[in-house]
Amino acid sequence: MITLNKKKDRNNESRLRPTIATSYIILSTLIYFGKYFYRIMALSSYSELVKSSKRDHPAYKKIKLAILADSSTQFLAKAIKGFGVENEISFEIFETDHNQVEMQVYDGSLDLYKYNPDFIIIFYSSKKVIKEFYTHDKKGKANFADEFVVKCTTIISTLNSSLQSKIIFFNIPELNDNVFGNFANKTDLSFLYQAKKINLELMKLAHNNASLFILDLNSLQSFYGLPFSFDPKIYVTTDSVLSLDILPAVSKNIMDIIKAINGSFKKCVIVDLDNITWGGVIGDDGIEGIQIGELGIGKAFTEFQLWIRELVRRGVILAICSKNDEAIAKEPFLKHPEMILRMEDVSVFVANWENKVDNILYIQQVLNIDFDSIVFLDDTPFERNQVKNAIPGITVPDLPEDPADYVQFLSELNLFETSSINEDDEKRTRKYQEESQRIEFKKTFANEDGYLETLNMSSEVKPFNKFTIPRIAQLTQRSNQFNLRTIRYTEDDVAKISGSDKYVTFSFTLKDIFGDHGLVSSIILKKEKENLFIDTWIMSCRVLKRGLEEFAMNTIIDYAKSAGYSNLVGEYIPTKKNMLVKDHYQKLGFVINGSYWHFPIQAAFPFHTNIKKSI
Amino acid sequence: MTAAEILKEVNRIFIDQLENENIVLNRASIADDIEEWDSLTHIQLIVAIEKHFKTRFTSAEIQNFKNVGEMCDALEKKILLK
Repeated sequence: MITLNKKKDRNNESRLRPTIATSYIILSTLIYFGKYFYRIMALSSYSELVKSSKRDHPAYKKIKLAILADSSTQFLAKAIKGFGVENEISFEIFETDHNQVEMQVYDGSLDLYKYNPDFIIIFYSSKKVIKEFYTHDKKGKANFADEFVVKCTTIISTLNSSLQSKIIFFNIPELNDNVFGNFANKTDLSFLYQAKKINLELMKLAHNNASLFILDLNSLQSFYGLPFSFDPKIYVTTDSVLSLDILPAVSKNIMDIIKAINGSFKKCVIVDLDNITWGGVIGDDGIEGIQIGELGIGKAFTEFQLWIRELVRRGVILAICSKNDEAIAKEPFLKHPEMILRMEDVSVFVANWENKVDNILYIQQVLNIDFDSIVFLDDTPFERNQVKNAIPGITVPDLPEDPADYVQFLSELNLFETSSINEDDEKRTRKYQEESQRIEFKKTFANEDGYLETLNMSSEVKPFNKFTIPRIAQLTQRSNQFNLRTIRYTEDDVAKISGSDKYVTFSFTLKDIFGDHGLVSSIILKKEKENLFIDTWIMSCRVLKRGLEEFAMNTIIDYAKSAGYSNLVGEYIPTKKNMLVKDHYQKLGFVINGSYWHFPIQAAFPFHTNIKKSI
Repeated sequence: MTAAEILKEVNRIFIDQLENENIVLNRASIADDIEEWDSLTHIQLIVAIEKHFKTRFTSAEIQNFKNVGEMCDALEKKILLK
């Protein structure tokens, strides 16, 4: 059993704080399997997931999931269902009989298309694939991956052409059947060779298809080991290729992908310094005494820093939060030759003697992101518990005792799943550093307008184009606060809208003396006879209170006037997170009419703003 | 461990896995006697019993057990052999 004492905790927690969906990742534990000990995260075991699955609740978010597989997936479906309930998601699962993948996909009249799922899992099991591989002659074996991938490509494009569903495709465990021994790596006639090729080709497909995601079963199996993840007896008697033990990890990874696609993912990691970023205590040991690189167990901390720096490079924001004197805490970042992390990697640096909770609240305010997108890493159980109890939603992993285990433990938690990346991600750290400077600069002004005027702001306004579509799709996915209707669009959706003559689109950048925010706001207007309906109005919260709302409104008015529309129509759809814009339309002078807000165009005057239109 | 003790522990595992406090097993108990015991939960029970007794059944065993008694006999043999 993965955890024995978990059940009680979970029940209490879910009753007290129903919004904490990440509580399952806070424990690490040793499990015993065969003669090996594994340190793994404390997920609920399969039987606990089965029990959870019975506690579904009508208030949970509904997600329709279809599972198409060539092997039995009843256990998998139960586990996903249970995992969903533990995360306040109510999965409605559509399962097919085995071997019905192609049949369901190609017969358009079949249930799958009527069901219209949000997500489709496609799971070709290595057992079935290898069996098919064995039926081929030499030539067929050498071409096996190519043929298989052609089949997959056709399936995926058939689904894409009539369903909006996101596809989660399981890759194939790259297991050597040892028909050739290690020589399998030297011949394209081995299953190993073909399996690796299939996986690489699937990655290429996913790279080019925004609605295709890969569930990396291969990595899961190599992490947990075959004896843990496959139970021959269960396969022989039930035709399920996953052991009951691996199901929680598989379900978690499916959930990670789904959550990221639905816009819930980690944006920031807050890291403590002593005994986590380096070994020892900087205040006592001094810059020569801390362990990093060659000194003591410094290698463990070097590995940790390398991993954190990779996160920063791909767009996760790094903040430092440490009980230290600021100058002393910064010294290694500036001067230590073996430090990997440097000041330019850090967006917000907080070192003082206040308590961690207050400091994290401060960091959250500077960054203006939700607590459920923040991960806090600290080696002290006391500080962790304090933060965990005081700040609902924040993720605080219980790090293993030995720093040598940090990276492997954190990587298994898969905290940083994402559903898209773009070039702006890499510039994010610089942006938040600029934001810290702005906050300092603003303190020197008594009046807001004077401050805004000095910023010398300008905005570039453009209809959506192929360069901006990925960023706009990302904004619709990620913006929760300044988002009037919270309609999520994929890149494909945005491309369709921008190509349609039923819509008018605007994107806005914002630049000031401290730097360029890049594309920070988008508006989609739908033409409805004499009215223009505001389908989407989103803005990054980094540029709140700069007058960009008014500037954007002026842009809409200019367009609507010249095109001869009589009314602008807006709608506010409340969510848990967009209270911020509850009165947005009222503030701009719209008048409520039923559940819609109306604004007569022709008599409208432009709003005051300090932003200039850049040409 | 006596046959009676094994039966008692197996009973406890059934109660826990199937979330039914009222299950009372005897050697003649079969799946039809217990509502929650189906082909899916059968595997769940088998895996839980294997872990509890730190042993493994064979594929043939889990398919051919006619009743709880046969399962307990197989367990008793495996425990003796350890």
